[in-house]
Amino acid sequence: MTAPLLEVRNLRVEFPTRRGTLVALNDVSFSIAQGEVLGVVGESGAGKSMTGAAIIGLLEPPGRIAGGEILLNGRRIDNLPYSELRKLRGREIGAIFQDPLTTLNPLYTVGAQLIETMVTHLPLNPAQARAKAIEWLELVGIPAASQRIDSYPHEFSGGMRQRVVIALALCAEPKLIVADEPTTALDVSIQAQVIALLKSLAREKGTSMMLVTHDMGVIAETADRVAVMYAGRIVEIGAVRNVVRHASHPYSAGLMGSIPPVGRRLDRMQQIDGSMPRLSAIPPGCAYNPRCPKVFDRCRVERPELMPAGDSLAACWLYAEGAPRHA
Amino acid sequence: MRDPIGTPMLETINVARHFDVSRPLVQRVLAREGRRSLKAVDGISFAIEKGTTLSLVGESGCGKSTVARLVVGLYGPTFGSVIFDGQDLSQARADSSQRRRMQMIFQDPYASLNPRWRVRDIIAEPIRAFGLMKDKAEIGAKVAELLTQVGLSPLDGQKFPHEFSGGQRQRISIARALSSNPEFLVCDEPTSALDVSVQAQILNLMKDLQQRLGLTYLFISHNLAVVRQVSDRVGVMYLGRLVELAPAETLFTTARHPYTRALMEAIPDLEMTGRQRIPVGGEVPSPINPPSGCPFHPRCPLADARCKAERPEMIPARGTPETMVACHAVEEGRDRVGEPLVAAGG
Repeated sequence: MTAPLLEVRNLRVEFPTRRGTLVALNDVSFSIAQGEVLGVVGESGAGKSMTGAAIIGLLEPPGRIAGGEILLNGRRIDNLPYSELRKLRGREIGAIFQDPLTTLNPLYTVGAQLIETMVTHLPLNPAQARAKAIEWLELVGIPAASQRIDSYPHEFSGGMRQRVVIALALCAEPKLIVADEPTTALDVSIQAQVIALLKSLAREKGTSMMLVTHDMGVIAETADRVAVMYAGRIVEIGAVRNVVRHASHPYSAGLMGSIPPVGRRLDRMQQIDGSMPRLSAIPPGCAYNPRCPKVFDRCRVERPELMPAGDSLAACWLYAEGAPRHA
Repeated sequence: MRDPIGTPMLETINVARHFDVSRPLVQRVLAREGRRSLKAVDGISFAIEKGTTLSLVGESGCGKSTVARLVVGLYGPTFGSVIFDGQDLSQARADSSQRRRMQMIFQDPYASLNPRWRVRDIIAEPIRAFGLMKDKAEIGAKVAELLTQVGLSPLDGQKFPHEFSGGQRQRISIARALSSNPEFLVCDEPTSALDVSVQAQILNLMKDLQQRLGLTYLFISHNLAVVRQVSDRVGVMYLGRLVELAPAETLFTTARHPYTRALMEAIPDLEMTGRQRIPVGGEVPSPINPPSGCPFHPRCPLADARCKAERPEMIPARGTPETMVACHAVEEGRDRVGEPLVAAGG
């Protein structure tokens, strides 16, 4: 494998509040190779969107990067001045958010938005950019693209709007796309279309992608590797097949187990009792220990780091030397 | 056609709800256009047997939430009727001893609880509103019992909703719904705002309560995997109409309507890692201007001239007579059972 396109090292994001500092992301490290799709999953509040926002440089104040570094192609991007960051966004990192209506400017036609993005980032004049914009709209499956280019966002349906957003994210040919819940606001049948599109475009253009979602089905079909997050940390990272089929960390196993299967009916679904701790009350040791069925003494006092567990990496003391043998 | 089952708790007979979405009078006159109506629900019939769960599935805008509201009387039907335990709903609604027998659980546990009320007051509200108990101590004991029943502590009654997580709030909604000792619960997307691990908790709780209290559920969801776990029978809706109604196992093993088959095909599933899916083409048309004939025909790979012209009615399906399906292709036996359907359009 060549050097990774994106490397995140020991990233720490903090939110100062009146009652003390909340640590939203704690010691998050991962990398994404050229052309690879990394899925990031977890429950709401686990820090998945925060990780994406930190990479794009769109953390909402007062949130700030308090430690660690983010490297794109070997260059640090977490400490760039605002003007440099603006050039980077769109050109090198594209972003797709959950709600296509808030991503698109309602006062401009979709064509104007595509053209502006391309003229800013690529050596094209407006006429060339317009021709390219029509090509992009065709590529993402907008019918009658040469007419629709002059439509406003509200004239498109939800699925079509998300296609426009995908075109917008890809049109400057970025090397990395951060897609935060790109299909959550869409219906199942439209969701399938959008995922298929995203996957084929990323493959065609050799774009890397960080796909943040809570929908494991989407990850299973799209991602090459997957990172599972819990309470601001990565608890497991590995190839998608390994994590989905044979999760190593008890939390990932619980998460996979609690997804209702469409293929059969269960008398009783597997559930994880309790809920994720609030950032202000993360328990000592492993954050998952109060809910973990395999908890033992060490978990309550000492925080586990990612360590080899089968073919994946898991932050769990079960995989350390001298751990009790659980079935 | 009426849905033939045993003793129904609730039955709808050709019920419909249309909304007037006309522009204001002056604009209408100037533009020389008539009134326009949105047929959110357009003539659907189903029945729910006592102690069982019927689920309605469909994509956004198919009218499933409107059905939920019709069934509890939040909307009156434009035509058709809703029969609750043998009595017309409009009469049942007028009688508080009947009204307390049905309750509703809403999708968003952040919006459906009053943030200024303590949890014990939220849960006791139906008891007070229906005048079921007068004595304060008695109400307190009932609230404590309800909180325990949904897996919370009786001490949680003193807290406010913001002190709870999404899953716990949904438990509070369930406790509130149960406080008037209802027999019939309408659950409109009760878990779609929750994380998966919490979703499993709530679904297990709902199943336990059904067994213990003999509840009847109308369950509204867009998530087929969830529906499979909870339902006895399932109705699939498209553009305000039922297109298929079948026992859950039959529906999930042998879906008949092309739309149902397309939906099943579209679900991303863990067991299908790396699989290439065939997405359904096109999008749901506007219910203000639904297509002629069968509303699914513009997206249907099996559509022919008859589908464009003539609206199919719900009839027992060939081969699986326990399934009611509204499809000409199934009726004529040209539905290519067992083969994957290749989607029409883009």
